[in-house]
Amino acid sequence: MTGLFSEVFLSALLFGAVTAAIPLLLAGLGEQISEKAGVLNIGIEGMMLAGAYLGFVGAFYSGSLWLGFLTGAAGGAAVALVMALLCVRIGLNQIVIGIALTLGLEGLTALLHHFQFSRSYPRLPAADATVIPLLSDIPVIGPAFFKHHLIVYLAVALVFGMGYIYRRTQLGLNLQAAGDKPAALDVAGIDVVRTRTIAVLTTGALAGLGGAYLANVGAGLFIPFITNGAGFLGIVLAMLARGRPIWVLFGALLFGVCLSLTTAMQVAGINIPTDIIQMLPFLAVMIMLVLFGRRASLPAALGIPYERGAR
Amino acid sequence: MSIDTAPTVSATALDATSGAATRRDIAHRLLMTLGPIFIALVIAGCILLAVGVDPLAYYGFVLEKGLFSPLGIQQTLTRMAPLLFLAAGLIVAFRAGMWNLGGDGQFLLGAVTAAASAPVFVQIMPAWLALFCSFLIAMVVAMIWSLVPALLRAYQGVNEIITTLMMTFLGTSLANVLVKLAFRDPNTTVPQTRTLPVEDRLPRLFETTITSGLLLGLAAIVIVHLVMTRTAFGLKLRIVGANPRAAVHSGLGVPGLTVAVFAISAGLAGLAGAVDIIGVQGNVRADWNPAYGLAVIPAVFLARMNGFAAIGFVFLLSVLSIGGESAARRLGVPNHFTLVLVSIVLIVLAVAEYFDHRYSQSRRT
Repeated sequence: MTGLFSEVFLSALLFGAVTAAIPLLLAGLGEQISEKAGVLNIGIEGMMLAGAYLGFVGAFYSGSLWLGFLTGAAGGAAVALVMALLCVRIGLNQIVIGIALTLGLEGLTALLHHFQFSRSYPRLPAADATVIPLLSDIPVIGPAFFKHHLIVYLAVALVFGMGYIYRRTQLGLNLQAAGDKPAALDVAGIDVVRTRTIAVLTTGALAGLGGAYLANVGAGLFIPFITNGAGFLGIVLAMLARGRPIWVLFGALLFGVCLSLTTAMQVAGINIPTDIIQMLPFLAVMIMLVLFGRRASLPAALGIPYERGAR
Repeated sequence: MSIDTAPTVSATALDATSGAATRRDIAHRLLMTLGPIFIALVIAGCILLAVGVDPLAYYGFVLEKGLFSPLGIQQTLTRMAPLLFLAAGLIVAFRAGMWNLGGDGQFLLGAVTAAASAPVFVQIMPAWLALFCSFLIAMVVAMIWSLVPALLRAYQGVNEIITTLMMTFLGTSLANVLVKLAFRDPNTTVPQTRTLPVEDRLPRLFETTITSGLLLGLAAIVIVHLVMTRTAFGLKLRIVGANPRAAVHSGLGVPGLTVAVFAISAGLAGLAGAVDIIGVQGNVRADWNPAYGLAVIPAVFLARMNGFAAIGFVFLLSVLSIGGESAARRLGVPNHFTLVLVSIVLIVLAVAEYFDHRYSQSRRT
C-alpha cells in the first residue's frame, strides 16, 4: 500500500484527472453557450461521438493530431447544424431531436467503426506533450499539470475567454438575451435565430473537439460509445455552473479526479467495484444540491423555440 | 419548468367530432406516420448502400425476423412489455410537464431488486404471491429512487433534468454494485444475480413464447392514458404541466402533485425492469443496461403523449430492435444500425409533423 501514495502515483493520478477532465470541460463549456442562448442541447453526446470518430479518422489518415482536432470540431459542428436547422430554425422539440441525434450518432459511428476499423483497431502514437519550463519542475504538480498536449492549455484558456465574452462583449449579452428574453432581443433588432444558431454551432464544435481529444489523446483510438455519457455529464456541469465558465472547469476537474481514481484503483489492484468510485462525483453533486439547492438560475426561455409574434 | 409542453393535445377532443371526420383523421394520421417511416427507410437505405449492404435484403430480413416469422413476432411482442411500462411512466411525467430523464436508472434498480427478491420469495410463498411481491418491491425501490429529484423539484425548484440525469448515472452504478456485491449468485463465475427458474417466471401466453407481461404493459399504458385524460387527478396533473403558476392559483397542491408524478413515473419504470426480469431474462448480469429509456422518450413525444399512439410506436421500436438483432447475427450488419434507423425515423416523423401542422394552420386561417 505504500506505493499507492508515492509522488509518482499521485502525479500520475492528477495527470489522468486532467486528461479525463478536458473532454468534460469542452462539452460543458459548449453546452453552456447553448443553454445561455436558450437551447437545451441534449444532442451533445452525439456531437462528441461525431467529433471522436471524425477526429480519429482525420488524425489517423493525415498523421497530424491538429488536423484531427479540426475534423473533430467540424464533425461536431455538422451535427449541430442539423440540430440548429431543426430546433432553432423550424422550432422542433429540442429534447426529441437531441435524443434522436445522440442515438443516431451512437449507431452511425459504431457502424462505421465496425466496417472500417473493427478488424485492426488501429492506434495513434502517444500525443506530444508541451512541457512548460520551470513550472513542470515542481514536484508532483509539475508533471501532473504542466506536461500536457498544447490543446489542454488552450481549453483552460478558453474558460477565461468565455468568461470575458459573456461579461464584456455584445455577443455575450446577445446570447444571454436570446435565452432570457428572446422577444426583447428581437425588438432590439438582433436576429434571435441567428444568435441561437451561432450558439448551437459553437457548442457542436466544442463538443466535437472534446470528443476528438477523448479519442486521439485520451484513448489513442476510437471505439464505439467511447464518450460513455461524457456529453450528459457536460449538460450536468453546464447546468450546475449557472452560466459561469470557471465553475465548469472546477466541476470537470472534480469528475476528472474521480474518473482517474477509477483507473488508478484498477491498476493498483484494489478490490472494490469501480462502480462505487464512479458514483462519487454524482453523490457529491447530489449532496451539494440537497444542501444548497436554491432556485436554479436557468435562462427563462430555455427549451422554448422562438417564433416571432407568438405569445 | 418552462419547456414547451404544447403537444399536450387532449385526445378527448376527438370524441366530439362525427364518425366520418374521425375516420378521415385516422387515415390522415396513418399517412402521416407511414409516409415518414418510408422516407426514413429510404434515407437509412442509402447509408446501408454506402457501407456495401443491400438495403432491400436487409429490410426484408428485418421485417421477416421482427414481424412475419412466428418466432420473430413473439419476440417482438415480448420485447414490448418493458417498453410499454416505460412509456406509461413517461406519459405521466411529460403530461405533467416534468422531465423524468432518469428512466434507465429507475428501470435497472427495479430490475435488480426484482431479480434479487423473486428467487427468494418463490421458495417461501406461492408463486403468484412471490411474483406480486417482487413487482411491488421493484416499484417501491424505483419510487424511493425518484424521491430526491422529486423533493428537490417540488420544494427547492431544482431543475429535474439535471437531478434525474445524475440519479440515472448513480442508479446504473448502484445496480452494478448490488449485482456484484450484495445479490451475487455464489454458484456462477460471472457476476450475476441468482436465476429465477423458468417455471416460476411470468406465464407465457397460450402456446406461444410471448410473455404475459405484455398484457400487464398494455393494461398499464391504457390505464395511464385513461387516468390522464378522463379523471380529475389526470386533469390536475395536466394543469400543472400546462402552467404551474396557474395551477398554484387554482389551489392545487403543486409540490404534492410533483412528488406524486415522480413516484408514479418512477414506479412504472421500476415495474418495467421487474417485468423484463421476471418475465424474460430471469436474472441480471453485471453491467447489463439495455438503455431502453433513451429510445422510448422520443417515441412518447411523437405519440403526443397519447397512450394508444404510444403502443404503436413501441411496437415499431420492438420490430426494429428484434429484427435488427437477428440481422446482426445473420447478415453481419451490426445491431448499431438499428439505432441509426430509429433515429432517422424519429427525426423524419418530427419534421413531417411540423410541416403537417403548418399546412393545416395555413388552411385554417
